[in-house]
Amino acid sequence: MKRETGRYKTFSRRSALLVGGQGLLLSALVSRLYYLQVVRSEEYRMLADENRISLRLLAPPRGLIVDRNGAVVAGNMQNYRVLLVPEQAKRPGEKLVVSADRTLRALAKLIPLDDFQRQKVLREVGRKREFVPITVAENLTWEDFSRINVHAPDLPGIVPDVGETRHYPLGSHLAHLVGYVAPVADSDPIDDPMLELPGFRIGRSGVERNSDLVLRGKAGSTHVEVNAHGRVIRELKRVAGHPGREVSITIDAKLQEFATNRMGAESAGAAVIDVFNGDVLALVSTPSFDPTQFAFGLSREEWNGLVNHPRKPLLNKAVTGQYPPGSTFKMVVALAGLEGGIIHSGHRVFCPGHMTLGDRKFHCWKRGGHGELTLHEGIEQSCDVFFYDVARKVGIDRIAEMANRFGLGQTPDLGLGTERPGLIPTREWKLKRTGEAWQAGENLVAGIGQGFVLTTPLQLAAMTAMLANGGVRITPRLVLPADDAPAAPWDPDNDPRSLKLSASSLAAVREGMVRVVNSQRGTGYAARIRDKGFEMAGKSGTAQVRGISVAERDEGLPAIDTIPWEHRDHALFVGYAPIGSPRYACAVVIEHGGGGSSVAGPMVRDILLQAQKTESGRRRSRQLADALPTPQAPR
Amino acid sequence: MSLSDTGLRLTKVELGFGQKIASLNWGLILLLTGTTGFGLLVLYSLAGGITDTWVEKQAIRFALGFSAMIIIALVDIRIWLNLAYVAYGVALALLIGVDIVGYTSMGAQRWIDIGIITLQPSELMKVSIVLALARYFHEHTLEEAQSLKWLFVPAAMVIAPAALVLVQPDLGTATLLLMCGATLCFLAGVRIWVFGVAFAAAAAMVPLGWQFLHDYQKNRILTFLDPERDPLGAGYHILQSKIALGAGGVFGRGFREGTQSHLSFLPEMQTDFIFTTLAEEFGMVGALCLLGLYVCILAYGMAIALRSRNHFGRLVAMGIGTTFFCYVFINIAMVTGLLPVVGVPLPLISYGGTAMVTLMAGFGLVISVYVHRDVRIPRRPGGPVS
Repeated sequence: MKRETGRYKTFSRRSALLVGGQGLLLSALVSRLYYLQVVRSEEYRMLADENRISLRLLAPPRGLIVDRNGAVVAGNMQNYRVLLVPEQAKRPGEKLVVSADRTLRALAKLIPLDDFQRQKVLREVGRKREFVPITVAENLTWEDFSRINVHAPDLPGIVPDVGETRHYPLGSHLAHLVGYVAPVADSDPIDDPMLELPGFRIGRSGVERNSDLVLRGKAGSTHVEVNAHGRVIRELKRVAGHPGREVSITIDAKLQEFATNRMGAESAGAAVIDVFNGDVLALVSTPSFDPTQFAFGLSREEWNGLVNHPRKPLLNKAVTGQYPPGSTFKMVVALAGLEGGIIHSGHRVFCPGHMTLGDRKFHCWKRGGHGELTLHEGIEQSCDVFFYDVARKVGIDRIAEMANRFGLGQTPDLGLGTERPGLIPTREWKLKRTGEAWQAGENLVAGIGQGFVLTTPLQLAAMTAMLANGGVRITPRLVLPADDAPAAPWDPDNDPRSLKLSASSLAAVREGMVRVVNSQRGTGYAARIRDKGFEMAGKSGTAQVRGISVAERDEGLPAIDTIPWEHRDHALFVGYAPIGSPRYACAVVIEHGGGGSSVAGPMVRDILLQAQKTESGRRRSRQLADALPTPQAPR
Repeated sequence: MSLSDTGLRLTKVELGFGQKIASLNWGLILLLTGTTGFGLLVLYSLAGGITDTWVEKQAIRFALGFSAMIIIALVDIRIWLNLAYVAYGVALALLIGVDIVGYTSMGAQRWIDIGIITLQPSELMKVSIVLALARYFHEHTLEEAQSLKWLFVPAAMVIAPAALVLVQPDLGTATLLLMCGATLCFLAGVRIWVFGVAFAAAAAMVPLGWQFLHDYQKNRILTFLDPERDPLGAGYHILQSKIALGAGGVFGRGFREGTQSHLSFLPEMQTDFIFTTLAEEFGMVGALCLLGLYVCILAYGMAIALRSRNHFGRLVAMGIGTTFFCYVFINIAMVTGLLPVVGVPLPLISYGGTAMVTLMAGFGLVISVYVHRDVRIPRRPGGPVS
């Protein structure tokens, strides 16, 4: 009994101790709860919100690109697409990929869906989390899309969806200029979180690229509640973004379309410029490509097809293509002589069909020679010997100086990024480049725009514009400035942009150009504009791409269709119109097109006539043009 | 088996079935049911307002545990005394069995599938170790309990299963067994300094034992020491758990409004970490209410122990109570970041069958102690009733 009492006493005493210990531990828990739930509650509540609230960006619609008259040249189109949400397709106890495959096979009965596409989607199913929608097909026709909508209830997991995609109403006509958008690549700097949105596309070339930031707009955002796996539970708040701003380009879509069609299948570059403000009204490069394709990604075959095409559709020939200007360079040579005081407007040269310098014979394009010619006639008939003579006297450095005044040899900035400077050689340049001294014969070759001399069609059009507008430097531009303020009228003599050419020299050269197309002996007479008041002035050019051997010259030149395409001459023509008060300048270069006057001339004629008849330069530049002094062409 | 066969003499009362039913401790039963109900409420919230995910199953488990509890409570306490070593022996054999099966199958193996149900021997051990130690100390005098000579057997009885559980590996259950065993020794009168020595020895073993821990266990302990060490990896659980608790604040975010648990930021939200959901939705007020319920249950156990006229009963009631306390303390300390994550459920609240059945069976024993509180049991069979 005593023992039992002792045991009980120990037991109850120690039980009390135990309870005390337990009490201490419990109060430790309570104070811990107090610390977490009262003292640090606010901090943890914030962390909980950070956990659950996720900020998601909403891509704003991309800004439109419109031509000078407001016609949309790059817009947004609804993209009917179909998405697969794997978890919704899943039947209980079925593997995710199996159910996705079953659903896709059922879908393939409604829309064309080949094995390759199906495998691609299935691979994505394996990679992504089960609630992330996967794009199965894009750009569906309305018929296919509605068929899916009708059957959607029988296809769990298939979600018809309307997205947005870039659309180019003029398609390939403006592809080089407007450019295209493409998915963000790994190499792109992520300067904007928007770029990380799935399916986001950025401007890859042309205006799409250089105005990308403006066109992109500002992303909106939505605060969504997500769970630990990232699945969206509900939307808490939405902030609308700003849609991308509209960008207006100087192009007249109608003229662009006309000019492109006029080029036909030729491999050519062309530019039409407003001679007063440098607005590029048309900038053509053929053949072209379909920019819409790029937004969806090209297949390897399609890409290789474009890259390896002999006529280089991806190249913007109007600004990137560099060609010898041929005889279209002769105005520059003449002006260099006149302004340098080397020749005067009454300068005469006898053309026997060739010129001998040292032991070399330099031929005129006309075998029998032109006989005695004035400057007007030299330009009119494009006599090579006349310009051999001028160039020999003037020398390359003076010619180069004059060419530079007209913007040749300098990179024009349209913002495309692909503009090339061409090449205007000098003595110094040659020595530096080749280590050899400039040869006297090279003056002659440069005098007819051959040899080292290279220009782009855009440069030739700008040169022609400056000849036409009375010798004032213009800067070609492609994007219309946001503020539509007219430029200040200029005084040809005191304007800082003046090329400082004497009116008489300019008048002499222009008279030659008027004769080229309007005189019966002119090389471009066949390409004249017959409509009264719309007449143009111009200059043809035919640039050799390979030397003509003595033997060939003796045998007589072969017929053009017997020469392989890539050995044929480039055909060039520059022109402005109307001759009374010039407004439009145009240059066309047709790669391996043959004769400048016969092939390129009629194109310039048709384009300039179209530009005048539709008043391409009107709209924004009308008042501006009216405010300017009208240069009077001497007739 | 009749009572006379056991050699035990009934002393004061021999209760009939009806009397037994009438003398069940309805207060404790009500508390247990109420706490489980609280748990079901939290599970209902977690399942997003539907019952068939967890609530129904858990209610069925409670019903099974409840029946087991009543049956156990009605069985004479002396039968449990008699069965104590047998139960312990069976549990130990099963533990060795799963360790061998587990070893041969090259993985953690805690379960034995005996056809109808899967049995977790460590759960059986939690109850039977209380019974075995209670019987041992019941049969030994205070003086014997105080002498070292008689300590080896109970020490071995605790350490052997704890070691077997530890290699499974189940750190949580091993801790529970050790704490429970130590408490019973303490209550039986083992001298205090012995615990000091044992503790020191255990501390000395820590560096050695560290090498035997699995990587994930090492990680858990390192993470406990520095939760920010790896906030997305091992530290994620405890960090998210603390965020949930803190976000709950004093009054909670409201029933079914807890974002941490509903958006799956919390791991094991319906099992080991259920306390965080409760504390997030019902706040500190709710957490204290639950702790209050637990304290009441513990108080009942304590009162039952002190009212028992037999030492076996006292030790069983206190032992079960202590096990229950250890569950509560380890779990809440774990989710509040006071202890490493060891995988101990919150009694009566966490979703899961084994802990529920074990605890209800344990409380069946406690109630049996209550029902048979006036039964005097001799120290040895046939010996004098003290």
